[in-house]
Amino acid sequence: MAAPKALLRAGHPTWWGGGTLRTLSSQSNFGQGLNPSYDLDPNPGRNPQQGLMGSMASRFYDLEQFREWISRFWSWNLYRKNKVFSYTLKHYGPSVAAAHFVLTHGGAVRFQDQEWLFPQDKNQFLWNNHHFQKLPLEEVDASGCVINYYGLENLVFLPSLRSLRLCGCPYVDDWCLGRLHSLGSSLQELSLAGCPKVTERGLACLHHLRSLRRLDISNLPAVSDKGLTQILVEEMLPNCEVVGIDYADRLKLLSEDQRRVEEKAAAAVPGAPGGLMPT
Amino acid sequence: MLRLALQLRVSRGLLSRGLRTRSRGPIDDKDGKWTEFKRKLQVFWPGGSWEAFSGTIHLPPEHADVVIVGGGVIGWSVAYWLKRLEARNNTIRVLVVERDPTYSRASTVLSIGGIRQQFSVPQSVQLSLFSIEFLRNINEYLAVAGEPPLDIQFCPSGYLMLASEENASEMERNVKMQRQTGAKVCLLSPEQLKNKFPWINTEDVALASYGLENEGWFDPWCLLQGLRRKALSMGVCHSHGEVIELVSSVRPMVTSRGEQVNIKRINEVHVKMNSSLEYQPVGCAVVINAAGAWSGKLAELAGIGIGPPGTLQGTRLPVEPRKRYVYVWHCPQGPGLEAPLVTDISGVYFRREGLGGYYLGGCSPTEEDEPETEDLEVDHDFFQEKLWPHLAHRVPAFNSLKVQSAWAGYYDYNTFDQNGIVGPHPLVPNMYFATGFSGHGLQHAPGVGRAVAEILLNGEFSTIDLNVFSFSRFYQVEKVQENIII
Ligand SMILES: Cc1cc2nc3c(=O)[nH]c(=O)nc-3n(C[C@H](O)[C@H](O)[C@H](O)COP(=O)(O)OP(=O)(O)OC[C@H]3O[C@@H](n4cnc5c(N)ncnc54)[C@H](O)[C@@H]3O)c2cc1C
Repeated sequence: MAAPKALLRAGHPTWWGGGTLRTLSSQSNFGQGLNPSYDLDPNPGRNPQQGLMGSMASRFYDLEQFREWISRFWSWNLYRKNKVFSYTLKHYGPSVAAAHFVLTHGGAVRFQDQEWLFPQDKNQFLWNNHHFQKLPLEEVDASGCVINYYGLENLVFLPSLRSLRLCGCPYVDDWCLGRLHSLGSSLQELSLAGCPKVTERGLACLHHLRSLRRLDISNLPAVSDKGLTQILVEEMLPNCEVVGIDYADRLKLLSEDQRRVEEKAAAAVPGAPGGLMPT
Repeated sequence: MLRLALQLRVSRGLLSRGLRTRSRGPIDDKDGKWTEFKRKLQVFWPGGSWEAFSGTIHLPPEHADVVIVGGGVIGWSVAYWLKRLEARNNTIRVLVVERDPTYSRASTVLSIGGIRQQFSVPQSVQLSLFSIEFLRNINEYLAVAGEPPLDIQFCPSGYLMLASEENASEMERNVKMQRQTGAKVCLLSPEQLKNKFPWINTEDVALASYGLENEGWFDPWCLLQGLRRKALSMGVCHSHGEVIELVSSVRPMVTSRGEQVNIKRINEVHVKMNSSLEYQPVGCAVVINAAGAWSGKLAELAGIGIGPPGTLQGTRLPVEPRKRYVYVWHCPQGPGLEAPLVTDISGVYFRREGLGGYYLGGCSPTEEDEPETEDLEVDHDFFQEKLWPHLAHRVPAFNSLKVQSAWAGYYDYNTFDQNGIVGPHPLVPNMYFATGFSGHGLQHAPGVGRAVAEILLNGEFSTIDLNVFSFSRFYQVEKVQENIII
């Protein structure tokens, strides 16, 4: 099965001149080694405000108001995008609604015994939705989508969802992870790699996912103590393979440090045996 | 235009470069006089912090439409919602009076920050559901332009409540009500419980209820500061002082049944400034009693509860401080990352604190064992005698643990039915209550603030109907009993 390809735009469209078009290329490589490093800016495109706009807004009330409107507009827009597709849900059931939602936002889905569907297949999918209506939705790749807590509502009632990928989603946070408990009996694979807002607090409620076999929590910048978190998550989910790059990184770093210490010790005491010595 | 700007920039650049190339600058500032002068000039410059009549900035205004007594989470929440719901910007002047800007004894910052939906009164469940929605979108509600977003640090780990044989049917009833109200709570049998949390000893547990979503704990300080920051940015005034007197006028009236009642109106509050004997009278239209554990005292200042017993006038506000201890202990072998906040049959509760094998917990003492409330000293024997045996029984891993630290705080305890009081007093119609939440005030603050603002501005509750929490229930002796008190 070819890995789903999604070249996606994440977060706000850039504005105010600065910034480049931010793209996330998420060649899904679930468990195949290193994850791509995602753009981890939680508010892409907003930074230019800090400069000129920021200093002007602190002097002029009108500008401050304007800034507030702008930020309100962004959040309104985000909520608009994350509405539940209630019409599709009512007429075609949860699987089709979820697939429609994910495809609209540039993700990919796979129904049972079917090929992956990509955003460009959306029209064809909608045309054939009667065909898909009876099939269970098994895999969803919403990597890099602007999905947030409210949008997740489209996905959490899928009775046979086996695999969910949310790599590098800028708005997936701990609240979202708390919402996943209803997938507890079916979900086997979950990837949260590179989600800038996910912390150890949210990872703690993944213990609801009883059937989980594979969990990717690599590259989470907001997790405070990565090594410890990794160990605790592994302990919490004994039947699950937990993938986390940071842990390995840390280990390597430690051993490098250690080697340096050893080298130093060896240099200071010629002829002393290598290894950690009490000094 | 562009060329002009460019020229300006170039010339300015040259000028400043020219100045900078001098080794010392135009004035030789050996004794620091020049720096001092520059600093003074900055202060006196128009827009600087200098004022002709200095020293009034800390005083409250002479008049405010609404005076909120108590700058805890409830007080600031009311202030925020008043500003948010006012019909036009800057129509009402709101003043928050707080006597202790360090919040050294305020319950808000001494609480453990829990939020749950497992209550026995539907209104409390609704309040919690409202609050969780508020917390989830806190950066939309409390965003201040130019300030960093708030990080509420919510841990969505849930509450796990255990029930013995006697309490099982009551728990079942409560959970049914909670689910009907919209909470995501499930019931677990002892076997299911053991499966889910193998570290629990399920002996003498008959039933457990477990919140799947929207329950957990968060950072109370962040919520308090967020509300405060936003309210201040919306034009709320604040002052650091203590309300020592409420000046009111009395109007005798006769009810339809021929009884004489005295209707009171508070016209002024006297605010004593910290570290001074002076006080400042503040004329006001409405006083909001959000003084937490001390709100009973404040109500007395308005004459509430002073009168013949059995009458409305003689009915006290039954809120008093109750001291509660919280202990933090270390136990490397303790429950893992999945551990929720557990409340035992015995009333003992504990939860994980961070990742490193730390836990915190406490327990409400029995009525006879209530400690003195003069100070916030911690009784360490209480842990040994009342807490540890139950902890070790429920979670065998806690047999070996090490207490690291402890603190105490005051519950704003309603001795009548352990529920909040929201809304105006029938005889002092311009005193509104928002107090008495007996250990769950923090999580209800967003909803309660909104409810008080609604009833003050519109005369009725529109989001959540909190009429059951009115003051008159004390007079009519109608309890709205909250059975799940932690
Ligand atoms: C140990 C402990 C654990 C808790 N755990 C939880 C929990 O898990 N979840 C939860 O929801 N709640 C919890 N609570 C309860 C919660 O903290 C309180 O219900 C809530 O903080 C009450 O807020 P408040 O603003 O009314 O009171 P406070 O925060 O106490 O604020 C009242 C303020 O009024 C001021 N004041 C009083 N009188 C005057 C006056 N005359 N003039 C001027 N200022 C005055 C005081 O200085 C004080 O700062 C806990 C409480 C304690 C003690």
